[in-house]
Amino acid sequence: MSEITRDAPRLSSLSSRLQLSEAGRRRLEGALIPLIALLAGLLVFGAFIALNGKSPEEFYWLVYRGGFGTWFSLQNTMTRAAPLLLTALCVALPAQLGLVVIGGEGAFVLGGLAAAVVGPLFGFAPGPVAILMMALAGICAGGLWIGLVGAMRHYRGINETISSLLMAYIAIALMHHFVEGPLKDPASLNKPSTVPLEPAMRIGEIPGMDVHWGFAVGILACLAAGFVLSRTTFGFAARIAGGNARAAAVQGLPVGRLILAFTGLAGAAAGLAGMIQVAAVQGSANASLAAGYGYTGILIAFLARQNPVAIIPMALLIGGIDAAGGFIQRRMELPDATVLVLQGILFVAILVSETMSGRLLPSRNAKS
Amino acid sequence: MFEINRRRLLKAGAALSAAPLVSRINPAFAASLTAGFIYVGPRDDYGYNQAHAEGAAAIKDMDGLTIVEEENVPESDAVVKTMESMIQLDGASLLFPTSFGYYNPFVVDTAKNYPDVQFRHCGGLWTDKDPKNAGSYFGYIGTAQYICGIIAGHMTKSKRLGFVAAKPIPQVLLNINAYTLGAKSVDPEITTQVIFTGDWAMPVKEAEAVNALVDQRADVLTCHVDSPKVFAQTAAGRGAYVTGYHTSQAKLAPEKYLTGAEWHWATVYKMFAEKALAGEELPNFVRGGLAEDFVKISPYGPAVTDAAKSQADAVKAEVMKGGFAVIKGPLKDNKGKEVVAAGQEYPESAIELEKMDYLVEGVIGSTS
Repeated sequence: MSEITRDAPRLSSLSSRLQLSEAGRRRLEGALIPLIALLAGLLVFGAFIALNGKSPEEFYWLVYRGGFGTWFSLQNTMTRAAPLLLTALCVALPAQLGLVVIGGEGAFVLGGLAAAVVGPLFGFAPGPVAILMMALAGICAGGLWIGLVGAMRHYRGINETISSLLMAYIAIALMHHFVEGPLKDPASLNKPSTVPLEPAMRIGEIPGMDVHWGFAVGILACLAAGFVLSRTTFGFAARIAGGNARAAAVQGLPVGRLILAFTGLAGAAAGLAGMIQVAAVQGSANASLAAGYGYTGILIAFLARQNPVAIIPMALLIGGIDAAGGFIQRRMELPDATVLVLQGILFVAILVSETMSGRLLPSRNAKS
Repeated sequence: MFEINRRRLLKAGAALSAAPLVSRINPAFAASLTAGFIYVGPRDDYGYNQAHAEGAAAIKDMDGLTIVEEENVPESDAVVKTMESMIQLDGASLLFPTSFGYYNPFVVDTAKNYPDVQFRHCGGLWTDKDPKNAGSYFGYIGTAQYICGIIAGHMTKSKRLGFVAAKPIPQVLLNINAYTLGAKSVDPEITTQVIFTGDWAMPVKEAEAVNALVDQRADVLTCHVDSPKVFAQTAAGRGAYVTGYHTSQAKLAPEKYLTGAEWHWATVYKMFAEKALAGEELPNFVRGGLAEDFVKISPYGPAVTDAAKSQADAVKAEVMKGGFAVIKGPLKDNKGKEVVAAGQEYPESAIELEKMDYLVEGVIGSTS
């Protein structure tokens, strides 16, 4: 860390030489800090691999090849990133208001369950209509679930981090109850599931690719969220309230309504991801829904520093590491946990790097 | 260390840019047959996954055969990508996705997309409507549980057995019933208390269930969960006897381990690998029990009495002759309803057993 701060004056003279505006300086720093943190994390992890008697360069080579290096690997990565784009939004949106919501898994699972229930009700309608209704069902189920977290926060002062996590457990238990009880398809003997969706209600793949449409939906959602936050008064109000809720309230901003709207939208994103998982991947709702996509979304949102647009590269990075994980297990005979260690080190590196904010390229006005 | 690592990284970078992007098979994988094994949990779980990994290890040294393995693969499109990655990057032409929930839709769909690759799935779900390059294998482990029940029946002092089970699905219910009937063949007054944990890997709940069962004076315990590790250690720690499941847990409880119902997948994998190497057609539907060496009984532990051994061995000899039926009439469920009429017999291969939805008289617990 000390080396980096020693480098700071040089970099700041670089920024003054580049004649950067204050906003440009902040943007450059915002991009540089996570990049340096990622590199540092990779180096630390390389040392860890070397200490275990394996070759770090082989490891990184396999990550590249298994995650990004071939068209097959790249599509593998995009498929894995698809649900993560939306579950990361479930963390990043409330974060604009300073809320730490970590229960996206619950909204994901309930969104998937709601979609599996609503789809067959529209069996008479054309496929796209049924898919639309399923998406609405997923959005509503997820939105209400995390919206409830926001409501408890605003009206009762209940810590949203704890309540969203605990509510995720309740959501998973509810899903198990319905899938194994009232909603069980009698034909699903040893793997209790809901009735399979008709082929017309399934979401297909993007033409020419082996990646389902959920990936495109996730990208669009991240871009839309980025636009709303940076270009609309609604997003501006949220950022003000996140900076100082009391000051925002004094200025007449409806802080409560903003909290409800952002938690609701966050849950809607995760619920939609659950619906896509059912309609594009599984074909029915069952215990496999709780595969941890909601929790990986937390990691990605933090890696992206809660910036919706930055979620896209981070989801691809983590998706790629996941995709490469199996390849690494097979080629290097490392346990699966290796990839989790890598993700953990990257996460810590990014969190630590937050403290460098404002120091890497100090503002010319700031005292240093 | 960082000096070395930076240099290594640069070297890796150079290698990376020099390598071609086209998929090519690593020379290490140029054997005449590559078989891929996919596990839903860790390979060393003392349970379901370890049983498969032991089977894979048993054929590792066969001439002309290369094995690739991947653990912790969830029952989602992740398994599709793992299978495709094994096919495309490792050149695998025979795949064993071992977890039950992989089959539909993931194995079925992948088999359709790769008609030249053979897929054999553990669980017995294949029907002649499914692709011809897919298939399934399974073992009749209920009969082995019946023999373990006999040992348990001899060893219990309190006449109460405990069963920690994941879900009330047919396979699990058959094991609970067979175990109870085995014990009741020793002493009809013996009862089995069952606790369902709700999912396949719930270590905390499994430990709580063991404690609750021992508190209710159960003194011989068994289980049907993916990893019996926590179960066996907790039960032995509380002073109860343990009969194992999936694979041997004798190492975890050397004094308290009586015996166990184990898979012996080496038989199945050897058969498939030999046929594939010889270029013969692989069977689509493979099943077997103790007589076919698909399942086995763990060697008896030090505590097992001679009377217990001799009755268990006698029944085992009966089973080896073929046609033995654990489930036979007259048989009542634990609500007093007759489920098998007098004179009716279901040998282990009977299809009716795969729809089992009751607990027999003597089991304390409920399927819902």
